[in-house]
Amino acid sequence: MYAQMVKSEGMKSLEEMSPEERAFQERVDRGDKIEPKEWMPEGYRKTLIRQIGQHAHSEIVGQLPEGNWITRAPTLERKAILLAKVQDEAGHGLYLYSAAETLGVSRDELMEKLHSGAMKYSSIFNYPTLTWADMGAVGWLVDGAAIMNQVPLQRTSYGPYSRAMIRICKEESFHQRQGYAIMMKMAQGTPEQKEMAQDALNRFWYPSLMMFGPSDKDSVHSAQSMAWKIKMNTNDELRQKFVDETVPQAEYLGLTVPDETLTWNEARGHYDFAEPDWSEFFEVIKGNGPCNEERLGARREAWDKGAWFRDGLTAYAEKAAARRAASNVAAE
Amino acid sequence: MTKKEWPLWEIFIRGQHGLNHRHVGSLHAPDAEMAIRNARDVYTRRKEGVSIWVVPSAAITASAPSEKGPLFDPAESKVYRHPTFFDIPDEVGHM
Repeated sequence: MYAQMVKSEGMKSLEEMSPEERAFQERVDRGDKIEPKEWMPEGYRKTLIRQIGQHAHSEIVGQLPEGNWITRAPTLERKAILLAKVQDEAGHGLYLYSAAETLGVSRDELMEKLHSGAMKYSSIFNYPTLTWADMGAVGWLVDGAAIMNQVPLQRTSYGPYSRAMIRICKEESFHQRQGYAIMMKMAQGTPEQKEMAQDALNRFWYPSLMMFGPSDKDSVHSAQSMAWKIKMNTNDELRQKFVDETVPQAEYLGLTVPDETLTWNEARGHYDFAEPDWSEFFEVIKGNGPCNEERLGARREAWDKGAWFRDGLTAYAEKAAARRAASNVAAE
Repeated sequence: MTKKEWPLWEIFIRGQHGLNHRHVGSLHAPDAEMAIRNARDVYTRRKEGVSIWVVPSAAITASAPSEKGPLFDPAESKVYRHPTFFDIPDEVGHM
């Protein structure tokens, strides 16, 4: 979800597996955690790099739509809160890059792949944040959808990924609640403010549903990832869970979910709801969303314009090390 | 673009006075001083610690996963290392 459509490797039956692969699968089935230096199938390693990398990129790029409102937050307190949230996202990105690095890829390589477009980030961050109410909708819906996916991933088979998820989940609840608090304030405000909150919900509803990735019938990479426990639930399961939890929250706000077909299905014990427009999803993934160019442009610019600073820190560290070495020689 | 990648550091945080430093994760930094500054931002945003250690990841030597058996299995048969192995009569009192 923060990782969508991660390409997985072909699925093998237990009989087709080598003895090592079979022993590995049995460990995963038992609920063992796999640690960095242990043997793992090459496909497991590669899929995890793609998935954790994409997840990390989403955290980093996810700072941009919210960064847009830091200078224009309505009060100093809201500004401080939003700053803290955006800083958390940077932290989440760093935890995840560290987890990916234990699989034998460097952070700079991953950055390079993000900037060249070789690796993706979540489709959701290619939508604009037009009003302050969008800060509410993003926290409530986008972070809410992320939590749906991240909570089960705390039990994922790969140790470093699992530990990063545990850390992230501890912090993520603050993000969702601060978003919902903004929505409450707006929904209880003037008619214009309530209208802004409704408009934000209207624009973010379907893109949030898309975060879970395509419908299970079109999701080709799920089976192997689920066998490896690097994906814990199917896309449709999580999407349903998200709708079931979110609809009553919208009702509390007095806002209307923009789906005329939305009804409670007594027999299923779930809401029936309309699928998002998947052609839009695939266009956004391909790079044709409203903000793809802007987001990637901002990332590249930040990286390029920060080069002098990174170089400066490196040069300083080298000089300081040389000075220490020289003074050690002098002392001998 | 910086060609040279910053080294990786392992970060240890003391959660409260009186507790051990505990490994919490890793990060990149050009030197130890910056590693501490970055660790403060990355790992203690919610008052998680009172002290930080940083160690270059390259300085850590780890036991090999394949050695798990020879290293740790022998302890399994030495149950007498645990105090509950010995039955002390109630009359003796607390020991």
